[in-house]
Amino acid sequence: MPQRKTILVIGGGVTGMEASARLAEMGYRVTLVERQGRLGGHVDNWDFLFPDRKPAANILNPLKDAINYKVDVKLSTEITTIKKLNGQFISSLSTGDFVKTDVILLATGFDLFDARKKEEYGYGIYDKVITAAELEEYFSGKNGYKLLNKDGRGKIGILHCVGSRDEKVGNEYCSKVCCVTGVKQSMKLREYYPGYEVFCFYMDLRMFGRYFEDLYREAQEKWGVQFIRGRVSEASETHDNKISVRFEDTLSGKPMKISLDLVILLTGFVPASGSTYLKEMLSLDIGKDRFFKPVDEHLKRNHSSREGIFLAGACTGPKSIAESITEARAVSLEISSFLNKSE
Amino acid sequence: MRNNKFGFTIHSDNQINLDERDFNLYHKIISGEAGFMSCISCGSCTASCTAAAYTDFNYRQLCHNIRRGQNDAVAKELSKCMFCGKCSLICPRGINTRKIINLLHKELSKTGQYAY
Amino acid sequence: MHTELFTLPFRAGLTFILLYLFVLLIRWLIRMSPEDIRKITAGFLSSKSISAIREIFSESLLHRKIFKVNPVLGYMHMSLAFGWFLLIVTGSIQSISYKSGEFHLPYYSIFFNKLESTTGTYPLKGFFEFAMDLILLFILSGVFLAFYKRFHSSKLGMKKTTHLKIKDKIALISLWLIFPLRLLAEGATSVIYHNGSFLTESAGNVLGSVISPEIIEMPLWWAYSISLGVFFTSLPFSRYMHIPVEMILIFFRNYGFRTCDKYGPFTNMEILSCSRCGICIDKCQMPESESRAVYFIRGIRDNQLNDLQFENCMMCGRCTEICPVGIDINEMRMISRKNSATDNIGNYDYLHHGKMTRTDVIFFAGCMTHLSPSIISSIRGIFSIAGINYHFMDKDGGVCCGRPLKLAGRHKDAAKLVKFNREEIINSGARTLVTSCPICMKTFIEDYELKNIRILHHSQYILELWKDNRIHLSKQLMTLAYHDPCELGRGLSVYSEPAELLRRIGILKTSYPHGKDSLCCGGSLANTTLSLKEKDQITVEALQQILVNNPQYLATSCPLCKKTFSKLSPVPVKDIAELIFLNIIHDKNQKRRKIFTERKQESVIF
Repeated sequence: MPQRKTILVIGGGVTGMEASARLAEMGYRVTLVERQGRLGGHVDNWDFLFPDRKPAANILNPLKDAINYKVDVKLSTEITTIKKLNGQFISSLSTGDFVKTDVILLATGFDLFDARKKEEYGYGIYDKVITAAELEEYFSGKNGYKLLNKDGRGKIGILHCVGSRDEKVGNEYCSKVCCVTGVKQSMKLREYYPGYEVFCFYMDLRMFGRYFEDLYREAQEKWGVQFIRGRVSEASETHDNKISVRFEDTLSGKPMKISLDLVILLTGFVPASGSTYLKEMLSLDIGKDRFFKPVDEHLKRNHSSREGIFLAGACTGPKSIAESITEARAVSLEISSFLNKSE
Repeated sequence: MRNNKFGFTIHSDNQINLDERDFNLYHKIISGEAGFMSCISCGSCTASCTAAAYTDFNYRQLCHNIRRGQNDAVAKELSKCMFCGKCSLICPRGINTRKIINLLHKELSKTGQYAY
Repeated sequence: MHTELFTLPFRAGLTFILLYLFVLLIRWLIRMSPEDIRKITAGFLSSKSISAIREIFSESLLHRKIFKVNPVLGYMHMSLAFGWFLLIVTGSIQSISYKSGEFHLPYYSIFFNKLESTTGTYPLKGFFEFAMDLILLFILSGVFLAFYKRFHSSKLGMKKTTHLKIKDKIALISLWLIFPLRLLAEGATSVIYHNGSFLTESAGNVLGSVISPEIIEMPLWWAYSISLGVFFTSLPFSRYMHIPVEMILIFFRNYGFRTCDKYGPFTNMEILSCSRCGICIDKCQMPESESRAVYFIRGIRDNQLNDLQFENCMMCGRCTEICPVGIDINEMRMISRKNSATDNIGNYDYLHHGKMTRTDVIFFAGCMTHLSPSIISSIRGIFSIAGINYHFMDKDGGVCCGRPLKLAGRHKDAAKLVKFNREEIINSGARTLVTSCPICMKTFIEDYELKNIRILHHSQYILELWKDNRIHLSKQLMTLAYHDPCELGRGLSVYSEPAELLRRIGILKTSYPHGKDSLCCGGSLANTTLSLKEKDQITVEALQQILVNNPQYLATSCPLCKKTFSKLSPVPVKDIAELIFLNIIHDKNQKRRKIFTERKQESVIF
């Protein structure tokens, strides 16, 4: 019986877990390395997912079950070096172990844009300015603190395109999923705090996926969320500790300002710090947006610029969870195809 | 104004006929600063504008109008600009807004649009 | 008689240049105002003339400022200037010693060795011959360095040298030929008449081995005279006009003349005094362009000025600071901008004063600071702790100070904004005006005419508060690099207070270049021509030098610098106010305002 082929999957988010499960199912020996102490990546921090508002656990639990006992999972472990020898990859881990594999799959995902870099919005300066990711933590009750008074009245603002489509912070690309996240969160906020009005400040509304347009309509019709087409330029504090933001209502052509009790920043995706580290070490191509660049955007989406190293998920650019899972399955097939050929 | 075959109009057309608009100013500006074409009308410039807090000067709308061939009142509006530079600092497309203002000033003073 | 014929080219050239200078001076004097003429008559017989002569010595001859740039470069300039001066002086004394009491025309001492070749001894003959040879050697070493500099300029501390036009090249070649030709001519004469010293005799012997000195002697003297004549004649059309004009400039400058707001006789002197030494080129951080100071000045002089040459400039002042002649390049660019700007088109009648507030202290943030709210909240926090009663004049956005308009050459429009803001400042009765933006501060000081009001940068004011014990600071073990902004440093000469204040809270690691030599961040409100990418490139290159000591923070005192650096700096960039507020010792009863906290640990307060 020929020796089983081995695969190293770097990154234990939804992409890494799904790909590991599929590859293990196909009969390969998979090692999954994750730098945090738990699996799930960013999705583990989210509350309810778009478009159907299922809880994040509904995706994560099946994925965790699928790899249980079938994949060698190494948590709290990082990659120190990777070398290629005789057609195989030798990876040394931070625990001191070595892993020898035929193929490497990068599922290193993304980091969120550090909103302190957009200091005009006052993140880190004013208490009432938080990011969308932090809002998810409040929704899921993880944080344990109260955000606003449930019986209170006031205004909440959601700012789109923070750290995306912005040359001034060096990220010209669109992070794709923030718009629908904003719409989803706007409805949740209206539900939890019915006395508060919610305003979304957008440049464009990218409702690209299935049922997204329905979410938008629901936000407008059922929840009365107000959508203002105008990018916020700056935030300042009012005398009664609210946040005053300046924007132009481009559709009426008038500059305006409004005081908000809470400001939520829809921060975009940036390449994960782990991706950058591996990119340097393995000399992989990256695109202008600094995410990994596959060999071809249509027919070889999962092939990195080096043979034997594959890419999947958000490490090649912003994407939704559904797309990441789809890519995880696609790359499993690609890897299997590659390994069959090399025999 | 559309004349019917009887030689007089019943009502004037409220639609703007883009075919008949004058795009010369637009072309002059983009030859001096190509960034003028990159605007996504986000409105950050007007939002941060120092003058816009005091008067109805709207930089985004001004540029938008020029792109649609609407050039009247450009000189009058542009005279309200204090040239402070906040719009250049905030633009997410990295457009050199002050260079465009300078180009507009030069073009408009050539055609004698500044009455004072 | 015929032996003196060869001196004619020299005499013709010298007469030409002296007449030219005389006419030039008369034309300048005619164009001067009565006030200016009074400055001259007042200064002429005063100590100002003495200080002018002293400056001529130390700068035009000894070139002390150039020595500071690079010692070898300084030596090169000095050897040519001072050497030639010594040659003339010693030569004159030599001819006086020979024919004491007689009046000699200038050409006599220049061609002394030939004209008095047949005579016997005279007092100190040997000494003079030795001295003249030594000085000639001194000059020739400079000529050699000048020649070498054309090919290996980096060895003399210059990355780039000025590129020259044809008329410059003619003057350059004739200048370089003068002293070697003198050496050869004197050498030939000394072989025949034995009136040379170590240098000329050796040169003569070498020459004599190749060709008979009797044949070559007169042609060499002719060549020497011609090269001198050509040089003098080319002077007004070349960069070497600076030799006489710089001395005139120094006198007028000592008499109190300054570049003001239009082109006139004084700026004409400055333009002619530019020697195109090229030291300004390396200081300029812009991408390769014809807007470097040296080409800008040449453009004005040759009347071939391209608008971009003064528009595409960051007005950082580094060229003006380093110019060894002290030409006020920045002011000249302002004049050019003023002359070409579309001015008086601004209509600010829509501005109306709100309710006037009476106060002792005004805080003016400025347009740029509003895009960096943490600076504002830090300053307000510091003022609150110190118990300062102040009026935040532009709290709701405010009116621009007017300097961006002035930098663009629109002085009349700037004046309209100045008038509006000035009224509000004066009517408030304030005695102190504190601002967080050096750009605003410069115009407050220069254009607002706020007599009896102290205008301070926030770092200066906060230092005062600390000295008066109104705030207390705790020193940390953090390393800081402080960047002197163009407008605050070179623009207003405020260098020490920000640095002193920072030393109270951290360890200041001085990065080079700093102080007067500090780099421009690239943000520049004065440059509307550069694209965003080109500005980013300037910022990246500046950061490489500023962060060379790997500080933990980069401290700035200008909101535009802060925004420009934050985008590209690998190290966190903070304004001085933010750093002070982070390390201020709070009174226990005062409400704490935390600025940079870990999100997860903090509770969101409603």
